[in-house]
Amino acid sequence: MTVRVVSAEVRLGARLRELARSRELLANLVRTEIKVKYKNSALGIAWTMVAPAITLAIYYFVFGVLLKAGVPDYVIYLASGLLVWNFFAASVLTGTGVIVGRAGIVKKVAFPREILSIATVGSQAVYVALQWIVLAALMVVFHHAPDWGALPLLVLAAAVATVFAAALAILLSAVNVYLRDTQHLIEVLIMAWFWATPVVYSYWNQLYLNLARSYPGWLWLRYLYLANPMTAVVLSFQRVLYAKTTVVSTTTAYRPGTGAPYHPILQQLPPWPISTYYALLAVMLIACGALLLGAIKIFGRLEGNFAEEL
Amino acid sequence: MTQHAIEVRDVTKRFRLHKERHKSIKERLLHPRSGAYTDVTALHEVAFTVEPGQTVGIIGHNGSGKSTLLKTICGVLQPTTGEVLVRGKLAGLLELGAGFEPELSGRDNIYLNGSMLGIPKVELDRVFDDIVAFSELGAFIDHQVKFYSSGMYVRLGFAVAVNVDPDVLVVDEVLAVGDERFQRKCLDRIGQFQDEGRTILFVSQAAEQVRAVCDRVLVLHHGELVFDGEPGAGIRLFRERLNEVDAAVGAVVESSELTSPDPSAPAVVEAAPATRAAGARSITIDQVTWACPGVVGAVPTGGEVHVCIDLTTSHAIDDVVVTLELLQRGGGEVMVRTDTDVLGISVDLVEGPQRFTFYLESLPFLDGDYPVNVGVQSRHGREDAFAWAEEATTIQVTYAGRGRGMVELAMRADLDVSGAR
Repeated sequence: MTVRVVSAEVRLGARLRELARSRELLANLVRTEIKVKYKNSALGIAWTMVAPAITLAIYYFVFGVLLKAGVPDYVIYLASGLLVWNFFAASVLTGTGVIVGRAGIVKKVAFPREILSIATVGSQAVYVALQWIVLAALMVVFHHAPDWGALPLLVLAAAVATVFAAALAILLSAVNVYLRDTQHLIEVLIMAWFWATPVVYSYWNQLYLNLARSYPGWLWLRYLYLANPMTAVVLSFQRVLYAKTTVVSTTTAYRPGTGAPYHPILQQLPPWPISTYYALLAVMLIACGALLLGAIKIFGRLEGNFAEEL
Repeated sequence: MTQHAIEVRDVTKRFRLHKERHKSIKERLLHPRSGAYTDVTALHEVAFTVEPGQTVGIIGHNGSGKSTLLKTICGVLQPTTGEVLVRGKLAGLLELGAGFEPELSGRDNIYLNGSMLGIPKVELDRVFDDIVAFSELGAFIDHQVKFYSSGMYVRLGFAVAVNVDPDVLVVDEVLAVGDERFQRKCLDRIGQFQDEGRTILFVSQAAEQVRAVCDRVLVLHHGELVFDGEPGAGIRLFRERLNEVDAAVGAVVESSELTSPDPSAPAVVEAAPATRAAGARSITIDQVTWACPGVVGAVPTGGEVHVCIDLTTSHAIDDVVVTLELLQRGGGEVMVRTDTDVLGISVDLVEGPQRFTFYLESLPFLDGDYPVNVGVQSRHGREDAFAWAEEATTIQVTYAGRGRGMVELAMRADLDVSGAR
């Protein structure tokens, strides 16, 4: 017979066991969220394709056409980073508001409440999985082959993104109950964070090389940049799906002096061996895992007064 | 060693009531010290255990901490100090339709609600038809819950809670909703649970329901457990306290001025007929007696009964209402309730001792012991005098006839063979 203890003390082991027991609830909540979201819309879940498609089109037009990025198959490059970023951003954004948003349930029913935050990550994972299928189709259309040998990297990268998103969603959803500004702050931060992650531009080509050339004294800044788990995730996705580390630019440059036209070679992705990606992701997975445990612990501490703060 | 079904160990819950809550950073920076608040102790070192198979009623006035206690037991709230242990599966009905997703159908909500209670899907598949049958929703089960009436809500919620095979069932006032027939059905199911030896916690404002269902009552008053024991005495105490609260309405719940319960004396108030001092004016019920003119001992069915209430008042009190309740055999539900308002009598009490009598011209009850509750209350203002005596006396009835049931009705019967219908 199970014995349940309700007390102010938070035992991490007990919480994790309880979470593990709530797998079916998680599945149910994810299903509910998806069902409810597209309940009365004609297109239904197809809407999840529309937003990323529009974003892709805009970025492609601005950076690929107007600013002439010169990256071949730029749409594939964009999509490989953008979809996983969107998954992360939407998970954190909707996750932050979920405890306040579902106050009715939180105040009346006893269950491990961080399940609600995890469920938002879960439903976003479903959406991104569907978007990836479309991306795969896009790659077939463009005859753009991924790096088949590096495919396991995707699993690891997706795991890092999921664990990181879940950790932040759990932590922020609890903080948001006490400080309602969190929601708005996160919206702004996520936007800045997006541009601090090499989704639209190339880390190596635009950031690293420019830094090395113009401000070599500041080159250490790249470690700060790489400390962002989402950078590792996005770079890995690009490495596997876009696959081409060096490309020939589609824009024409002219040699100084002779004025002869040529297509410059771009180092679009970092010239690292695959093992570097694995190592980077492994470190990030451990760090994010620790963050997740910390988030669950803090959530448990803050949870005690949810019912009165909501 | 017996294993308690529920152990509540010195649970204290404090809430911080903010005068004005500053939840944004700007407001917090602008008003660093403006966080004027009062700490309210909703529960103060409440400790008790519930044995498996017990049905425990929790009563108390609004704000006494009943719901907080129940939420703590269910795990919705965490205690500030102390802890609660619950052995076995707990199904709680804290509010009608809590945890329902309005956009989903009743069917989907059964699975969602069930998984919140920790019930595996295979188990829910098994009891699904029972749940639908009990809820009487029929084809509505596939409609969105947002279109349900409040009665349908509570029916579905109750149906899920009682059909998932809980070891401990917690019911909080939800039975107040729903029609009488469904209430009856719920009470029947609660009775079935009792027979099966399950543990039930029952919170209700309806003292009669508590009396009918529970074999033990806890009374909470200002967050303290002031009574733990037999239902009749608990309800009596509750009614007294309820009136005290009326008098003290608006006062912030600080600490209780009541004497704390002494753990060595489980039934705190086994005192004589209830009295209450309300400022200057007071009514005391000294004694309640009954008599059947010309008969010594038990009243024969159909006999005349006089119920006499000996009162003492501190002042003359005009316009009081005297209430009489006759309970079922051996206690339980009220069979007859009447008062001087109903009878159209106005009563003005004089100062000092006096006797008020109800004359029951013919008592139709069959044999048994019928407890009597009486109450006296002034109609004016809440600070006024009040007295209530629970099971103040017991009317013994003997029945000479051969009929069975509860009451005897005057009747006759014949057979007509003339062919006329």
